[in-house]
Amino acid sequence: MALSGMRGLSVFISDVRNCQNKEQERLRVDKELGNIRTRFKTEKGLTPYEKKKYVWKMLYIYMLGYDVDFGHMEAVSLISAPKYPEKQVGYIVTSCLLNENHDFLRLAINAVRNDIIGRNETFQCLALTLVGNIGGREFAESLAPDVQKLLFSSSCRPLVRKKAALCLLRLYRKNPDVINVDGWSDRMAQLLDERDLGVLTSSMSLLVAFVANNHDAYWSSLPKCVKVLERLARNQDIPQEYTYYGIPSPWLQVKTMRALQYFPTIEDPNTRRSLFEVLQRILMGTDVVKNVNKNNASHAVLFEALALVMHLDAEKEMMSQCVALLGKFIAVREPNIRYLGLENMTRMLMVSDVQDIIKRHQAQIITSLKDPDISIRRRALDLLYGMCDVSNAKDIVEELLQYLSSADFAMREELSLKAAILAEKFAPDLSWYVDVILQLIDKAGDFVSDDIWFRVVQFVTNNEDLQPYAAVKAREYLDKPAIHETMVKVSAYILGEYSHLLARRPGCSPKEIFSIIHEKLPTVSTSTIPILLSTYAKILMHTQPPEPELQNQIWAIFRKYESCIDAEIQQRAVEYITLSRKGAALVDIMAEMPKFPERQSALLKKAENTEADTAEQSALKIRAMQQSSNALVVTDHHPANGTPPVSQLAMVKIPSISSVDHNTADQVVTPENGALSVVDPQPSEPSVDLLGDLLGPLAIEGPPAATRSEDNSVSGVDGSSYVDEALALAPVGEDANTIQPIGSTAERFHALLLKDSGVLYEDPCIQIGIKAEWRAHQGRLVLFLGNKNTAPLVSVQALIMPPSHLKIELSVVPETIPPRAQVQCPLEVINLCPSRDVAVLDFSYKFGTQGVNVKLRLPALLNKFLQPMSVSAEEFFPQWRSLSGPPLKLQDVVRGVRPMSLSEMANLFNNFRLLVCPGLDPNPNNLIASTTFYSESTRAMLCLIRIETDPADRTQLRMTVASGDPTLTYELKEFIKEQLVYIPTTSGGPTAAPLQAQPTSPPTTVSDPGDILAGLLH
Amino acid sequence: MIRFILLQNRQGKTRLAKYYIPLEESEKHKVEFEVHRLVVNRDPKFTNFVEFRTHKVIYRRYAGLFFSLCVDITDNELAYLESIHLFVEILDHFFSNVCELDLVFNFHKVYLILDEFILAGELQETSKRAIIERMGELEKLE
Repeated sequence: MALSGMRGLSVFISDVRNCQNKEQERLRVDKELGNIRTRFKTEKGLTPYEKKKYVWKMLYIYMLGYDVDFGHMEAVSLISAPKYPEKQVGYIVTSCLLNENHDFLRLAINAVRNDIIGRNETFQCLALTLVGNIGGREFAESLAPDVQKLLFSSSCRPLVRKKAALCLLRLYRKNPDVINVDGWSDRMAQLLDERDLGVLTSSMSLLVAFVANNHDAYWSSLPKCVKVLERLARNQDIPQEYTYYGIPSPWLQVKTMRALQYFPTIEDPNTRRSLFEVLQRILMGTDVVKNVNKNNASHAVLFEALALVMHLDAEKEMMSQCVALLGKFIAVREPNIRYLGLENMTRMLMVSDVQDIIKRHQAQIITSLKDPDISIRRRALDLLYGMCDVSNAKDIVEELLQYLSSADFAMREELSLKAAILAEKFAPDLSWYVDVILQLIDKAGDFVSDDIWFRVVQFVTNNEDLQPYAAVKAREYLDKPAIHETMVKVSAYILGEYSHLLARRPGCSPKEIFSIIHEKLPTVSTSTIPILLSTYAKILMHTQPPEPELQNQIWAIFRKYESCIDAEIQQRAVEYITLSRKGAALVDIMAEMPKFPERQSALLKKAENTEADTAEQSALKIRAMQQSSNALVVTDHHPANGTPPVSQLAMVKIPSISSVDHNTADQVVTPENGALSVVDPQPSEPSVDLLGDLLGPLAIEGPPAATRSEDNSVSGVDGSSYVDEALALAPVGEDANTIQPIGSTAERFHALLLKDSGVLYEDPCIQIGIKAEWRAHQGRLVLFLGNKNTAPLVSVQALIMPPSHLKIELSVVPETIPPRAQVQCPLEVINLCPSRDVAVLDFSYKFGTQGVNVKLRLPALLNKFLQPMSVSAEEFFPQWRSLSGPPLKLQDVVRGVRPMSLSEMANLFNNFRLLVCPGLDPNPNNLIASTTFYSESTRAMLCLIRIETDPADRTQLRMTVASGDPTLTYELKEFIKEQLVYIPTTSGGPTAAPLQAQPTSPPTTVSDPGDILAGLLH
Repeated sequence: MIRFILLQNRQGKTRLAKYYIPLEESEKHKVEFEVHRLVVNRDPKFTNFVEFRTHKVIYRRYAGLFFSLCVDITDNELAYLESIHLFVEILDHFFSNVCELDLVFNFHKVYLILDEFILAGELQETSKRAIIERMGELEKLE
């Protein structure tokens, strides 16, 4: 049966199929679209059959990937057709062509509702299907009660009820408030007694969504789930049609076990015992069989059972059974099972006590790292990364390095980052760490980010024992042909600093070192040349007594670059040549780099940040957060493992006394090597990438003191050592708020004015995300407080300072946020009357010894209580006229408007939920917008706005705002004005970063390098 | 939850596309292109799962047709993999020995069957018989 039953449609499909090439096809499609368009436009009396045919054709064309920008109306209008064939087409095509945000869909709400509450079962099904597939918020609000009625109706066939269950699920996802939890607890339990497995399957999905949000209300469903599972697992009373290759509905089994994983635990001993019996039966009774479908289905059940066992924290014996099973799976040939074995083993790492058993499979896992399938390789990499600790780091990292040369490009960056992190975290000795990083650069230089080589330089600088070794290694790599540019950078840097330590070795005289580095110069890019110049200057300085020949050679190079077009290179060349003529002064200025203050690894930070991103996403899905197999979380969850959360490579601490001497002396007497610092002297700017200053790209930077005030903000992993330093250096700054926000808090706030979820605030310790839902005059916000660190945040306090027009209730905020955890704090907002005032969240916490207090504006502004509203000319003008003048209608000339085109302005308005109604104003330079404002005092109130712009002068405009409430008119007018003249401040403006305490930078240590340099040159 | 379902042939022609999340047109085209590229060159001996952006694509190939489901990262892969097969069995039963041409000329029927099988991105009915019987009822109404 290959024909569609509609001749015109079949002919068209054949025609398209017979086209020889894409061009012909396009011509044929365009012709058809033209034809349909004229028929729709000109012929009013299209028969329902014709309409149906054209609409199907449109869907076909749409499926081929062509844009279909008309006819949506016709498709929607078929929904209200009286007969089934047309109605069916209307429903199906509408749900393919439109999505929930489409305006036309609103037009259909009434027709859809009529079908749902009508008596025709088939129409009910069509309507429920449409709503279930593309229904949005508006559907949720107007249809949820009707859909619930159908779900519990005793007169409806299971056919309708299962659709109603899933339709309700969709509406619930769009707006959880449509379900009244109180009444639903019992009703849900009742649904789980259902005998029809279709209805039960659908209801189970509904339950999963409910318990994922709030399991507390559904405890009564828990024993019912266990019963359902028992019934299925024992194959009791399961109709033949619901068994799949002999397995009683594997899908329902999986769903049921998924629902059970949302309950934190099972208290009742009888229920627990029954469940474990079933689970035991599944774990033990699943065999590998020949039939692939049967095999997949039974293993789908098995893997879900494994997940449930892990979740329930079963007895050790059962756990080891699970690990044994997984060990078997990761060794099988069947790729799907092997993949899932690896994935579940990674999840298993979160469960205590099994690490050692998993380690036994290390060799097998490494084999999977070489699997031809990238999906498997990724899982193996995740698992290896997660299971790495001091005992096996050497093996694992060496495997990763070996694999790096053959790994595909898609994985190399991740691979090198992970190898670098593991090497840093678990290095048994530092020279091994240096080896690993240099190998990384050698094998995958393109994928080694700057952070990685900055970090190795830091370690070498801070560990004297390591310096000769690193210099030897760097020298060795330079002998290789065609080395990566990053290798040139790192070896030039290291040799500049430490090559004098090798002077007696063969091939390591200053001259030889210089010429081997200089050989590379023609091959490198401009960003590397400054590093090489610094190296030459350092070599020159270390060559005592001076060798005139070498000196001349290097001076010639400096002179050559004195006129370089690149400012950085030119500046260095000029400075170095001047300095090198100063004889002994050169030695002072070019002395070895001082030790770096200890800081958190930027790599680990980076990894944490990526993790924070995923956490934010999963804020929407709690489950994803708990279970995402992010190996980073895993390692940090196991401090008991003999792995201190702090880097193993903790750098040599600088004794605070000497550091103080060093700094004060340097700062006051001779500016030493701070002299040439061209690092942007902006101590107030929080440095996000703290390693960036290492070479950014200057080889010579100010002594640590100059950056000390920033360093505190990294909330040192090793707090005690530098708290001392900070004390000594800047006694005034001791209590200052040194944890700095990341990114501009003001910009985040402004972004949140236009959207409902995002990050409100972030600093190195915490990320505060926000998600809001607004309905009429009410809002529901959730604050997500995520601790980014491996130590808890304590004394957490959140106070809301609401303006008088908002009623805000914040639920209890826990005093402590555990490491890497995220807590959610819901917030209810009620808008009492119109006002532009802003609610402020006063948030504070303590991390270690540092207290942080920030005041954050909440994005609960006037515009959130607006609902865009489209008005026609017939509605607009009478209203506009009836609101005749002040105080209901106010006019204002706004100057200093930030320049934007009319369409940009229209966009801005639409973003603020002021719906621009095109075509209402005859003058094309004017805009008309309308919206409904909701508050308790005004109820829903229509607001109309007219903007008259002057095409000759875009910086001013005249604005008229009208509504039925004088305060509303005034406040809305002012609000819009603020938005029109608002210019995003980068930072430091009066609105930016409402931090309570600004960090106090040590007054004596900030020295303008420019001044010092000027002094030197005179 | 199933985010979307795609049926594509080897050349990348879409034979069926059903989205359970709101996407813009341009985004749909992009998704279809990317998913096709992702699955078409995979060795038959590879897993049926591929990471796709922040989700996972579970796919299976039948002759020249690829059935792809995009699901959440934490969803049960094998259960969705077998739901593809169940869907194919239903199509096979309905068209008695289904081939790509059946799906081309009767794409509207395929949408109808799918709506009886999956709703709101979740499985609605797993009994082949129930769905075939339901299709019979609907055919009579036309």
